[in-house]
Amino acid sequence: MSTITVLAPTGSLGYGFDIEALKRGMTLKPDVIAVDSGSTDPGPHYLGSGEFLVSRFSYKRELSELIKASRAAGIPLVVGSAGGSGSRPHVDKMVDIVREIAREQRLNRTKVAWIYADIDRDHIKRAIKENQIQDFEAGYALTDELVDQSTHIVAQMGHEPIVKALEAGADIVIAGRACDDGAIAAYPIMRGADPGLSIHMGKILECGAFSAVPFAMDVMLGIMNETHFDLEPGSINRRASLTSVAAHTLYERENPIYQPGPGYAVDLSACTFEQINDRQVRVAGSRFIPQGEYWVKLEGARRIGHRSISIAGIRCPTMIRRIDGILENAREEAMRYFAPQPITVTYHVYGRDGVMRELEPQHTVSAQELGLVIDVVAADHDLAHAACHHISGGLLHVAYPGQINTAGNLAFPYSPSELDAGPAYAFSAYHLMRAQSPTELFKTHFEEL
Amino acid sequence: MTAKATPLAELATIVRSKNAGPFRLTFDIMLPDVKTFERVRRSAVLTRENVAKLLGIAPANVTSIFELEAARAFKVTIKRPRGQCDIGESDVYGAQQHVPFMGLLIPANS
Repeated sequence: MSTITVLAPTGSLGYGFDIEALKRGMTLKPDVIAVDSGSTDPGPHYLGSGEFLVSRFSYKRELSELIKASRAAGIPLVVGSAGGSGSRPHVDKMVDIVREIAREQRLNRTKVAWIYADIDRDHIKRAIKENQIQDFEAGYALTDELVDQSTHIVAQMGHEPIVKALEAGADIVIAGRACDDGAIAAYPIMRGADPGLSIHMGKILECGAFSAVPFAMDVMLGIMNETHFDLEPGSINRRASLTSVAAHTLYERENPIYQPGPGYAVDLSACTFEQINDRQVRVAGSRFIPQGEYWVKLEGARRIGHRSISIAGIRCPTMIRRIDGILENAREEAMRYFAPQPITVTYHVYGRDGVMRELEPQHTVSAQELGLVIDVVAADHDLAHAACHHISGGLLHVAYPGQINTAGNLAFPYSPSELDAGPAYAFSAYHLMRAQSPTELFKTHFEEL
Repeated sequence: MTAKATPLAELATIVRSKNAGPFRLTFDIMLPDVKTFERVRRSAVLTRENVAKLLGIAPANVTSIFELEAARAFKVTIKRPRGQCDIGESDVYGAQQHVPFMGLLIPANS
């Protein structure tokens, strides 16, 4: 097997990379450019709303560079989890950007493939009925009701649908929700590389140069051999080090040794890491363990209401001393006022436990001022706004024992003091669903540009 | 080496927290060398019970603790107090929940 070089331009499409690092990376003659474009990490909003995670401007700017580089080199470009959540609106809008770029760059004979990851509601309900759904980590069962409430439900595809699109001659693949590592591993696997090594390499490259030092959203390359792969940052100003690669192996996952994916697990217990020169680390020993059954991970999001917030500062020690009681009274008063319409009131009290809430071990206030965020979620925009204003106005003028300033209790940085944060979303599915094959759920479309 | 206990923040090169999916929060503690890693390991400070006490959660909500000699690292994962972005969310990425670990006292080498 000849070596297969994968260039990952950044940790998340739209978050940027150094154009010089891309140019240098391209001199290493990569066989594919592959980039992750999504995650559940920014929360359920993007999956729920269908809004892009990063601006269209940024996606287009970066895709333009990547399409130009990949077309000039005659190598494929793979984008996984398009647009943030990899749901249909994200895929469609990303393909639209690709068409626009193709026109601007006067591309011809360029085949684009896009792969949807949305799962039909009836299909999921049938799977619920047939016991083909398991909770992953959500802590609740997936129900028909949750399925109906979800605005989008996607499944993480493995590498297989992307391999299929590449085998069909796609020059550009825009994949919906995909395993971050699978999107990067697809090309080497198609070329016959060891799937365990490929997926492990994908897991590292999906974060771009986060595995380098100094770390950044920037270009990272992986060079796949028969028995190992080598990591090297695109920028000459970065290096891959044993510490940086090891640190990344731990990043944002629970089990750093045994990592299950759809239809497989990767066992990293026998992995070795070796600094082969100043800028490259060699990784070997990642083992692919096929599983008998094929389960995909579902991700769903549902709207839980609309949110209005108000931000205020509190400086008077007489108020800070009594803050808990004052805030609770205002909450209860507002709930009575708006009853029977339910409202949810959350206070974020910065300077006390605004960051850690119940995990905060220090319970005394040590700051001279508090930052207060009043956070109201209600069924619709008008109610959320009304309740938020009711509470902020009430707190502004509330009387309490020991008060010495009767002119107003809150320092608002803004007028209006309420900000409408739009629809609020929560995850509604984080479950495994059994699939008959790796590709049956993921519809692929092709277009000649 | 003094006989005093040392806060973990003064021994570690990395103490960090981060979501591991929408329903887990994971903490990474990386030590600069094998000797310091062994010191922390011998101290047996990073147990399920101690972590639960440190964070004020039930021991059952500590889902795993890994000791990774090759990476000179410890990895602790807990159930998130709430699903990511559920009502009451205060740290969408879980990136600022690591501080209690910084103050964990590690006894001197015996």
